[in-house]
Amino acid sequence: MYEVGTLQDTRCYHCGDKCVEIVRAHDHNFCCEGCKTVYEILNENGLCSYYNYNEAPGTSRKDHTAQSHRYAYLDDESVLQKLIHFTNSEISIVTLYLPQIHCSSCIYLLENLYRLLPGVIRSVVHFGRREVTITFQHNKVTLRQIVEMLSRVGYEPVIQLSDLGEKVQSNLLRSYLLKIGVAFFAFGNIMLLSFPEYLGIDVLADSPMRKFFGYLNFTLSLPVLFYSSSEFFISAWGGLRQRILNMDFPIVLGIIVMFLRSTYDVFWLHGGGYFDTMASLVLLMLTGRLFQNKTYDNLSFERDYRSYFPVSVTVMENGEEKTIPLTRLKTGQRLLVRNMELIPADSLLVKGSANIDYSFVTGEATPVSRRIGEIIYAGGKQVGSAIEVEVLKDVSHSYLTQLWNDSVFTKSQDNTVSTMANRVSRWFTPLVLSIAFAAAAYWWNTDREKAINAFTSVLIITCPCALALSSPFTFGNILRLFARYGIYLKNAIVIEILARINAIVFDKTGTLTYTKTSRVEFIPDGKDAHPLTDYEKQLVRSLTYHSSHPLSKRIYDYLAGVKTIPTQHFKEEEGKGIEGWIDEHCVRIGSKKYLYGDNYPGVSPASDFRHASKVYVGIDGKVLGYYLVKNEYRPGFENLIGALRRYFNVYVVSGDNDAERNFLSKYFDASNLYFGQQPADKLAVVRQLRESGKTVMMLGDGLNDAGALKQADVGIVISDDVNNFSPACDGIIQASQFRNIMYVIEVSRRAVSIVKVSFAISLLYNVVGLYFAVKGTMSPLVAAVLMPLSSVTIILFTTFGSAFWAFRNWPREDFDKRATPDKNQFPDPLRSSPKTEV
Amino acid sequence: MYVLIGFSLVFAIGFLAAFIYSVIHGQFDDDYTPSVRILFDKPNSASDNPKP
Repeated sequence: MYEVGTLQDTRCYHCGDKCVEIVRAHDHNFCCEGCKTVYEILNENGLCSYYNYNEAPGTSRKDHTAQSHRYAYLDDESVLQKLIHFTNSEISIVTLYLPQIHCSSCIYLLENLYRLLPGVIRSVVHFGRREVTITFQHNKVTLRQIVEMLSRVGYEPVIQLSDLGEKVQSNLLRSYLLKIGVAFFAFGNIMLLSFPEYLGIDVLADSPMRKFFGYLNFTLSLPVLFYSSSEFFISAWGGLRQRILNMDFPIVLGIIVMFLRSTYDVFWLHGGGYFDTMASLVLLMLTGRLFQNKTYDNLSFERDYRSYFPVSVTVMENGEEKTIPLTRLKTGQRLLVRNMELIPADSLLVKGSANIDYSFVTGEATPVSRRIGEIIYAGGKQVGSAIEVEVLKDVSHSYLTQLWNDSVFTKSQDNTVSTMANRVSRWFTPLVLSIAFAAAAYWWNTDREKAINAFTSVLIITCPCALALSSPFTFGNILRLFARYGIYLKNAIVIEILARINAIVFDKTGTLTYTKTSRVEFIPDGKDAHPLTDYEKQLVRSLTYHSSHPLSKRIYDYLAGVKTIPTQHFKEEEGKGIEGWIDEHCVRIGSKKYLYGDNYPGVSPASDFRHASKVYVGIDGKVLGYYLVKNEYRPGFENLIGALRRYFNVYVVSGDNDAERNFLSKYFDASNLYFGQQPADKLAVVRQLRESGKTVMMLGDGLNDAGALKQADVGIVISDDVNNFSPACDGIIQASQFRNIMYVIEVSRRAVSIVKVSFAISLLYNVVGLYFAVKGTMSPLVAAVLMPLSSVTIILFTTFGSAFWAFRNWPREDFDKRATPDKNQFPDPLRSSPKTEV
Repeated sequence: MYVLIGFSLVFAIGFLAAFIYSVIHGQFDDDYTPSVRILFDKPNSASDNPKP
């Protein structure tokens, strides 16, 4: 039915990858059996529209390993209880996170899940959050079956240990929308009712109509005061309790004074009052908050090791396998770890041969082999056959996880990071209060009423709404512009700190270098050395095809396009090498020791397979040379470091050995290079820098950087796929934007200057307002015009200013490209919404 | 006059109520998926049937 051939430039019908080997079926080309299987499942169930909405909408299935036991823990009642958020006698509802969701085809397929699985009643996708909410009849289909089906068609849910804790559904967006809705309603109506005042229509003077309008305005302003502006009150009160005058304090003061003064005006003087100004201020400021608090639904900046660890483990009890939740794992228990499973706690290897991949922790992809009786540290993944280990330490006290017991993590974060706005507020508020009192004192002896009038007018007109709006709009806008290029910062404060940093610390593996690809080169070596012929390349590629070792995979990928020949008698000695018979030739690939034997002179007893990435090739007993697999540095690395070094102290802390020291010394000061750093050492390096008075930015990628990222003033994660897990941090940068880090810092600095200028502008407006206010002659009309005017000026200035500087600073070629619509990368959250910033 | 103002207010409150209702019932939670969902064909269209 299908044939296997080789052809360049054929794309897989399912995933769109270049087909190295074509699997032909049903008139379509597939790159692997996995992709073909997904197509067949969909075809059987009449869901092939999946392929019509988008070209090649699937994700590659090459690296997928099907394991039947994998979701066994989903049958566990206690796990179910935590995952399912609603259940009755017939139906259950569960929400699953599927990071693979990237296009309309995904929505189509997932929402038609009921056609694949009887028992599923309904499935609703939330694209922004990459979530699907499934309603199902739990006596017809189990959660495990659903998850297994999803994973069979390429949407493997990510179920995390932290999910099993309490689920906090944040409805921040809703509450903002409601508050803004109410404020807008009140503002519109109050303004209409205040129109006679604006136009100076005196016909109404002293008529009952005027009183009626006043009372109505008063009523309408109540929900604004008590509901819409509640969070300013809460924040100001919180600041006061910590003895800080934050920006919300003068705002609240202004609002309260405005309300009291207007109430007095309306009920005793039958005047207009400032209700309209008050409503418009609250409305504008809420909009600013909403603008700034834009969150990335699907990115999490608060992950710890629990997000990486499995939800459940398999323990051996009296020779029987039993699945238990990880939280119940105790020391002394025997753990069964299968291929590609993670070892959650420090343990002793008791059975099988371990080959542990620590790429998760260190970014180093070459597995490490361990013998029976040796200790395996938590965080590694077993590659190869199943092993049995005895747990030595609790999960939370293991080598990797105890990093989270460091004070950096346990100490509650101080939320009082002094933002620029709050620093201004510290002298602004006392100044305003003293002016108000001075004005009152000046008039007190001549005209009591004027004194009170001046006092309240000062507080009203200086209500620093324009001041309070400048940073939300500038930083909010910058955050959005950054997001468009694949730079996702946690919040606005990160921008402020970025503008201040003076030391930058890089991790090496995975940050400066690629994790997955590397430079491969064949170097002839030994007495039979010669460059490989095409036929020999075929032999090498055919053999490496059978091995799951990362180095084999890299050589296999490097030789892409070379034909493969069937292999017989394939043998893999874990951590040493592979061997097989192809076309009557004995092909051996592996470490020097593996090929030459133990007694060959110059071979150190320690396996050199682990550190130096040299892979020797021998055919029919003759060693021809070796493949050198080198780290590949990210493009733009040289220019970036060159540019950064001009302004900052730049450091490298690497968990690796110092094989790359010579190379890196070309770009960094030799004294700033640290090698062989354990996770705790990295943290210590950053801590030391901070203690010496530097503001540190840390760039890392793996769990081993987690401590340093947290300790740094700004911790940024470089990620090849933003939907992958990254440790807790302040920002995530798409790997393609690595070379633009310099610009990120530059734009942040510009943003801070813009905010400073706009502070100046709004203070200028305040001075103009004060001129009227201290004279005690300010009319509500002046306030109603001046205050929104200043706010609008600030909004326009900051939005256009920040956009201008961001556009100006960004490298042209990247600017034109914007975020490339690569489905394996994070889709641009802005592309979907046509809203503009102003 | 009072009656007219009353009407206008009641009208506005009606819209406010509609807005609050829509927010509470999650109509603003996801501003992308529904726009795609509406474009899907009904099941059993030509390409949905299994091919031999």
